[in-house]
Amino acid sequence: MAERTAEGRPPVRRRLAGWDRAVIALLVLFLVVAALTVDGFGTGRNLSFLVLDLAPILLIALPMTLVVITGEIDLSVASTLGLSSAAMGAMWQGGLPIETIIPLCLLLGLVLGAVNGLFVTVFGLPSLAVTIGTLALYRGLALVVLGDAAVAQFPSAYTDLVTGRTLGLPNLLLPLLVLAVAFAVVLHATPLGRSLFTMGAGVDAARFAGIRVARTKFWLYVLTGGISALAGVLWTLRYASARADNGAGLELAVVAAVLLGGVSIFGGRGTLWGVAAGATLLAALQNALRLADVSTEALTVVTGLLLIASVIAPNAAGAIRPALARRRSGPTPPAADPPPADPPPAGSTPPTTSASVAPSPSSARPS
Amino acid sequence: MTAPEKAAAPTGRTPDDAAASRVAVLLRARELGIVLALGALVAVTAAINPRFLSAQSVRDLALGAAILVVLAVGQTVVVITRNIDLSVGSVLGLSAFATGSLLQAAPGTPVVVALLVGTLVGGLCGLVNGALVRFGNVPALVVTLGTLYVYRGVCFFWAGGQQINADELPPAFLAFGTATVLGVPWLLLIALAVVLVAGYALRNYRSGRELYAMGSHPQAAVLAGVPVGRRLLAAFAVSGALAGLAGVLFAARFGTVDAASGTGDELDVVAAVVVGGVAVFGGSGTVYGAAIGALLLTTIGSALPVLAIDQFWQGAIVGALILAAIGTDRAVAARVAARLRRREAHHG
Repeated sequence: MAERTAEGRPPVRRRLAGWDRAVIALLVLFLVVAALTVDGFGTGRNLSFLVLDLAPILLIALPMTLVVITGEIDLSVASTLGLSSAAMGAMWQGGLPIETIIPLCLLLGLVLGAVNGLFVTVFGLPSLAVTIGTLALYRGLALVVLGDAAVAQFPSAYTDLVTGRTLGLPNLLLPLLVLAVAFAVVLHATPLGRSLFTMGAGVDAARFAGIRVARTKFWLYVLTGGISALAGVLWTLRYASARADNGAGLELAVVAAVLLGGVSIFGGRGTLWGVAAGATLLAALQNALRLADVSTEALTVVTGLLLIASVIAPNAAGAIRPALARRRSGPTPPAADPPPADPPPAGSTPPTTSASVAPSPSSARPS
Repeated sequence: MTAPEKAAAPTGRTPDDAAASRVAVLLRARELGIVLALGALVAVTAAINPRFLSAQSVRDLALGAAILVVLAVGQTVVVITRNIDLSVGSVLGLSAFATGSLLQAAPGTPVVVALLVGTLVGGLCGLVNGALVRFGNVPALVVTLGTLYVYRGVCFFWAGGQQINADELPPAFLAFGTATVLGVPWLLLIALAVVLVAGYALRNYRSGRELYAMGSHPQAAVLAGVPVGRRLLAAFAVSGALAGLAGVLFAARFGTVDAASGTGDELDVVAAVVVGGVAVFGGSGTVYGAAIGALLLTTIGSALPVLAIDQFWQGAIVGALILAAIGTDRAVAARVAARLRRREAHHG
């Protein structure tokens, strides 16, 4: 599980190795094919729909990536989104100005995230169980706040800001890109980011290395809550409708995007660009299927299959590679140990899958 | 101030027997806690409105709980091995629709055959889950999250937007959904049988104990000679089969089946299991606890209107209950559970 540590500062080529590179390639391929074959996919109008579909998934996937890399998970994100949307509706109904409501909603998200963080770090409870609990709790509170009512009539200045375009580009595109880059820089180019990988690889080792594990995880949950609430605000403004069930089930899509992007569910491994590509692929698939008039059910099947493939393929490759290396029995290159997830320079996944039955491929290392 | 450890590495050392008796006491106490909570809830509700304990109301409650109990038993079997099955809601939907279609096409099908077919469909889905987890060597959380989507998608394709209504199902099958034996509904009897058989097997059979061993310490279980792969397959197959069975019960009880049946059930089931004192990271807990947890959740659902509490509070209460359950679980049993894991890893 946790023994697959990312080595310190690998070169970019090596960092891009493995499944995340495959997802990026898949995304590019898909975008090209869809633009050529699906009517209206490549238009600017559609781009803004695509970005709007992508925004909540990608936004939440950014902090979720960090959380999963530390070996934890947060399943309550969609409920935080729903509660912030419901609170927004209730406050708007109560006559508060929108300029007050939005900061309050974000603050609420930070508090909800802090509650998760408190349970996970201070009480030491398993994050899976805690956030399943708060998933039910926050969604339940959203229903308590707003019931099954829907609040509409948000000021069009704000809804237009979210759905509109400037110079032909969707307004949300630039903030999303900036945020994604910021997260990528923090994760991959700062000591803080390195410490997240270390925690995911081994909590005890991280603690001995002087990393404040509990504190860092706590603030990660706070951040996740805040961003989920932000996604809730955007969601509400996009559809101009605050409802308690907004974003129900979105946590699965977010987790799917993160895992699809090549992040190990056990922590310690993953890249942010992989996740960004995974989230974009999911949103683009959804968008293209809708345009092509394919039923959304196809999307659920494809999402599920992609998710399963994303975890099986690297393992299968890991099982096959040593076998191939043994068969070739060529001299190993004199280079320093490559990290375990590093495929041979030729890159792509070996063709056969018959060797995937081999025992414990996850611990198999190319040698 | 520590984060939860991934692979529990118990450090306490005590004589096994002393630990075992204390463990037994505490485990009993843990289930006792849920029973007390359930008793208190029923007592308060009945005190406010005696009709809550009327035959009709109790019967409705039992019928509603039966399906969740069956699902919770299957989930317990998987969770004990330190895995999770998130696809149960989709399996329930698929099985319910399969059974419904069968009965629609062949109204003469006996109820027993319908039950078997549903269980078989579910069992196959579970086998697929287990095979992916075992041979793909990937985490169950991810695999079953994936199959949650896939099975639901298959169900949607199959249904193609149509829905099977009560008037298209044979009356014998619908009668089965509400029929009673000596005043006890069939559905409840089936759920009880499932709980007792699973409880007995997990407690007394070697293979049952091996499931706990796997959950306590997977590597140790391998070293102890537990056929981990086969047990894993079996655990997922059982979970799937019970979800399939629950699908048939669902069809019989509600009479209306569409492609969305059982959507989101996985969270209720996991909630019931966690509230019932089954440790999410495997190795401890019983199906009895999980069954009581399921009963408690169902009772909360039907007690709220009686207590004149807004129905909207249900989700929040369930969430708070989950947090309380894992919190107390941690506070009371953390050290003892570590010893239990240690002991079972030795004797598994």
